[in-house]
Amino acid sequence: MTAQAPTVHVPRRAFPWGKLAAWIALGILLVVTLFPFYWMLRTALTFPTSIYKDTSSLLPVDATLINFKRVLGMLPVQQLVELGGTGQSINFFLALRNSIIVSVLMVIGQVAFCAMAAYAFARLRFPFRNQIFAIYIAAMMVPGIVMTIPNFIFIRNLGWIDTFQGIVAPAFLMTPFAIFFLRQFFLGVNREVEEAALIDGASIPTVFFKVVLPMTIPAVTTLGVIVFIGSWNNYMWPLIVANKETVRVLTVALGVFRSQTPQGAPDWSGLMAATTLSIIPTFILFLFAGRKILDSIQFSGFK
Amino acid sequence: MTVQSTATPPLGAAKKRNFRSQEATVGLLFILPSLIGFVIFYAIPAVRGIFISLSDWDLLTPAEFVGLANYSKLLKDPTFWNSLKVTFYYVLLNIPVQTILALVIAVMMSRLTKSIIIRAIIILPWLMPSVVVGLLWLWLMDPTIGIINEALRALGLGTVPFLNLPKTAMPSIALINIWQYVGYTALLVFAGLQAIPGSVYEAAQIDGASEGQMFWKVTIPLLRPVLVFVLVTSVIGSFQIFDTVAITTKGGPINATKVLNFYIYEQAFTRFNMGYATAISMVLFLILIFVSIIQMRLMRAGESDM
Repeated sequence: MTAQAPTVHVPRRAFPWGKLAAWIALGILLVVTLFPFYWMLRTALTFPTSIYKDTSSLLPVDATLINFKRVLGMLPVQQLVELGGTGQSINFFLALRNSIIVSVLMVIGQVAFCAMAAYAFARLRFPFRNQIFAIYIAAMMVPGIVMTIPNFIFIRNLGWIDTFQGIVAPAFLMTPFAIFFLRQFFLGVNREVEEAALIDGASIPTVFFKVVLPMTIPAVTTLGVIVFIGSWNNYMWPLIVANKETVRVLTVALGVFRSQTPQGAPDWSGLMAATTLSIIPTFILFLFAGRKILDSIQFSGFK
Repeated sequence: MTVQSTATPPLGAAKKRNFRSQEATVGLLFILPSLIGFVIFYAIPAVRGIFISLSDWDLLTPAEFVGLANYSKLLKDPTFWNSLKVTFYYVLLNIPVQTILALVIAVMMSRLTKSIIIRAIIILPWLMPSVVVGLLWLWLMDPTIGIINEALRALGLGTVPFLNLPKTAMPSIALINIWQYVGYTALLVFAGLQAIPGSVYEAAQIDGASEGQMFWKVTIPLLRPVLVFVLVTSVIGSFQIFDTVAITTKGGPINATKVLNFYIYEQAFTRFNMGYATAISMVLFLILIFVSIIQMRLMRAGESDM
């Protein structure tokens, strides 16, 4: 604890009003942060046609799991219409599968290729190393939209519209952030271990794959989690290149679902069931890798 | 970088040269995939974008070179100027509130608790897809049955149409994004606070500094590098807002939230004016370069601090 408040010498009986106020403020912050999530769940568990009933009830109205069933396409069309939907079931199962395919592909490609590049930038001497790295970093400043339109045209020329490779391609081989992130970790690896392996006659690739990579598994995993969540959350690019239902990812499917307004208003209970389902993978990852993500936030703040 | 100069004193010159060439070969091989990805999806598109912005192209007929016509069209396009204005308005609403709130939260947390659970909760909205956050707040802010308006009516404050009125739409979008990003920003600042040694405060205290003085004279100056980083990244991010707008208001009502990125998207992918859309994206690029230059100045100003 380094940034702790200095102990102020106040008479002992004085009640710490300041501290109490700060705790109350922190409590309010937590409520403001968590309440929307609770409300999402509450709405998802509310019976579809009861959504207009008892609108300020803190508990689900006529609690039911039916919304989850219908967004997963587990109910027949006729029942969907009776429940006030369009009858057109949003095939959430498919979207969930597509998002998993896209995000897993992204993690594999980006982590593998960026780890190699990051190690080269951190340790190996080759021509134009610093210049290339500087250009990568500068590219982080360029707004995404500048590349988006030409990339769309390129993907279209390849015939990759409405394909998984079209969604994944632009970030599969590298993102400047991933290289930057891993390079920082490789720079921190103890050099003596690598040198010992080299003296023993190991080649550089062997040193990287057999010595350095095993030592930096936590950092590489953290990057994997960050890449997965980033890809899971991505909206604009998949919206542009993949709108066909067979390859449509969750975020895009949610946008389509939102635009279907069967009775003039969005199908709120269905939408909230869909959003609840769509954030479960992130929650699970966060449960396991939360501390690492939090640490990496601290870390990314400095250089 | 001296992998072998310290490691291999007994090696002969020939062996050394051998190692050097292995190092260069492996290095280039290792960065090759990333270089291919960079050239194809960053470098070429950026250059190609310049050419596209000089042409008239609807994707169906071949592109036609029109010189600077798209740029002169842009100067006379009231919707473009509106988008520019609306984007700046958003940044000006978003950044000060978010940064100050984050600073307050970070200071509060560093005084009260280091609890990992509290930090985890605070970061949660940032991990969510902005599409989900947008949908969720669209529901919370619903004028007729949304819970926020239920609460406002219960308090006798009447109904606020949040996203449905030109006047309130942009502040509502800013509010949504502040909710999503303030925790993340606060944790960045919090990390900066943790890095300030406690002895600095002790010294200030011995000199008789008050709490307020310590905050303004010790905390803020030592925090400046972190604050600059936070400001720079969030300003650049804010200029590129898209998801929340696309999900909630779709640029409306009456273009009140038609930010640059959304206008570009609309021009390119619903009207297929590829050239014009790209020209606007170049303007956004120029704005961000300008912002980045200001940022570099600030960073340099921050160098002396710690």
